[in-house]
Amino acid sequence: MQNDDITSVSSKRGFLSLNLREIWKYRDLIKLFVQRDFKNTYKQTVLGPLWIVIKPFLSTFVFTVVFGLIANISTDGMPQFVFYMAGNILWSFFSGCLNSASSTFISNARMFSKVYFPRLAVPVSKIIYNGINFLIQFAMFVALVVFYTIKGSNVHPNMIVLLTPILLVMSAVLGSGCGLIISSMTTKYRDLGVLVSFGVTLWMYITPVVWPVSQVSESFRWIVLINPVAPIVETFRYAFLGSGTFYWQYLLLSFGVTVVIGFFGMVIFNQVEKNFIDMV
Amino acid sequence: MVMKDECVIKTEHLSKEYRLGVIGSGTLRRDLQSWYARKMGKEDPNRKIGDKLYTKYDTFLALDDINIEINHGERVGIIGANGAGKSTFLKLLSRVTSPTYGEFSFRGRIASMLEVGTGFNGELTGRENIYLNGAILGMSKAEIDIKIDSIIKFSECERFIDTPVKRYSSGMFVKLAFAVAAHLDSEIMIMDEILAVGDMQFQNKCLNKMRELALNENRTILYVSHNMNTIRELCNRCIVFSQGKVVFDGDVEEAIKIYLGGEQGDFVNMQFPRDYSKRLPSDRQDIYLNSAAYIGKTDNIFYDDEKLELTLKWQAVKNVRNLCLRIEISDYRRTPVTAFVIEDFCSCTAEKTYKQTFSIDISQLASGGYYTRYVFYNQEEENYPFQTVENVAGLTIRKRKTDKNKNKWQKKWGSVIMNDIELLNNDEFTE
Repeated sequence: MQNDDITSVSSKRGFLSLNLREIWKYRDLIKLFVQRDFKNTYKQTVLGPLWIVIKPFLSTFVFTVVFGLIANISTDGMPQFVFYMAGNILWSFFSGCLNSASSTFISNARMFSKVYFPRLAVPVSKIIYNGINFLIQFAMFVALVVFYTIKGSNVHPNMIVLLTPILLVMSAVLGSGCGLIISSMTTKYRDLGVLVSFGVTLWMYITPVVWPVSQVSESFRWIVLINPVAPIVETFRYAFLGSGTFYWQYLLLSFGVTVVIGFFGMVIFNQVEKNFIDMV
Repeated sequence: MVMKDECVIKTEHLSKEYRLGVIGSGTLRRDLQSWYARKMGKEDPNRKIGDKLYTKYDTFLALDDINIEINHGERVGIIGANGAGKSTFLKLLSRVTSPTYGEFSFRGRIASMLEVGTGFNGELTGRENIYLNGAILGMSKAEIDIKIDSIIKFSECERFIDTPVKRYSSGMFVKLAFAVAAHLDSEIMIMDEILAVGDMQFQNKCLNKMRELALNENRTILYVSHNMNTIRELCNRCIVFSQGKVVFDGDVEEAIKIYLGGEQGDFVNMQFPRDYSKRLPSDRQDIYLNSAAYIGKTDNIFYDDEKLELTLKWQAVKNVRNLCLRIEISDYRRTPVTAFVIEDFCSCTAEKTYKQTFSIDISQLASGGYYTRYVFYNQEEENYPFQTVENVAGLTIRKRKTDKNKNKWQKKWGSVIMNDIELLNNDEFTE
């Protein structure tokens, strides 16, 4: 197989020289990275991939007990279990993308220092990995919603459901974008890595994951909703459960922020990628 | 960049600069502290006392203005001392890091075998790792599907191929890793001889595979090695790096000469201070070697028609009778080649200093670089040496006499020159 493409590498590299064609060429690698991540996570475990299902159930259960039964936080009249599950699975998708993207450089330093492949393959494979996890959990969630609807609980899926793909893409881009910006900084400042897991937990509590936006008085709502994740979570819940709040303007704002962060994430990643091996 | 048709790699003013000193302190708090201190005109609290203060202008050119064109099908040997810029050059070509100045282009795919087993994952089985590693090195799944059987066969790990590699012995691990690398079929291959791994038998297999890859017509090879014999055998062009620059590019023999002659040190008269810490614990402290010098030389390069004359100066601590000396010669890998021995040449009295000149016939050593080691001993007492001096002046032997048959490389094989094979009878063969 003769390959006559000429590749040029120069010290002067474009501001954003994204080579999507190259990433497509390495699609087998991305697939294998995803497979590796699954095998790595579930090898030598008793329950194996069942954990994908068990994890959200367990944490949703804990949320229901702690925030619902003990703290007695309102869920806008929705069944508590689906309410928490909706926030929980979407948040874990978002934070999964963020966490894994933020460790791109540090955890792959050895590999990156020896062989070339498009570095973006790593965060892309992480998005896919988290996406598959999400889809499995999402299927369970849909089953629950259907169950509650048939049972006649206060659950009303509506047309906004059609926005779901956009919400998912937004979570992925926003999470990975933030992650990429952090990963580019952690090559120089290791202590940011500690901050990430801590910061993500805090971020969850200022996001309407365990509480509904309706609990916040009208005059302060904007503070909650300028957090770009907040409208995504709130809209997702509104779409499937039918109560709560839905703000077009904040969702659009969130969309704008997502595009900006995604773009900057790529630019910074692209800048750091070429020379980071001299820094770690 | 314009590339001619036959050109597969072209570099223009390719340079790589590194900053000297510490790049930041690694934590944000300290960097902010340092920045604040500098801004206020105070001393940096995070700088160690006595540290040289590097400014941002203190840089180091690991590669300095490299302009090379490599044509299709060339087998290029890359040699140079450690730190000459070889690795940086290969790292740039394999796109692990990017140039500070200049640019380069290449045609087709570059496969760099700078390390084996990149991205191997302990939890995955051998087979899964072949796919993963192959994909990291740039193969598609379809390509690996075709080659998987021959990779497994080459690795000699058939029985364990579906076992997670974390249970592999380290030997099996590298064998499997090399097997994958050896089956890459990119147009341009970058190979490092250090990759020949495993036990002796497998090392041979690796080297043979490298030869096979190198001599396969359609490829362009960049081969890095410290073994001049394999460079001679595999390459038809050779580039010598020194201090970030290309000092020679062209004929292999010429390049090897320049490289071997380039490693200069103070060979002429080496002084050996009485340093107890540097002695081997088994040494008996009866004799101290003070100095060693090659007579009439300003370097350590000898031509094959020269005699080596060596003056040693030593001091006796105790009375020693029947002193003997052995000069051990080993090649660049520290593999013993031979030893020159003189027995019973001196009986020394305590506290006296002696000086003796020796003449050594080196005509049977093939050209190349060698390490030498001096061992004093005597036959009467136990077999312990009196003193062993390592890291003494090495030897570089070069060819000046032309072979009578003008054969180019056949007699340069290895480290020792033997007599030609004699024919015993030349009767015509009849049944």
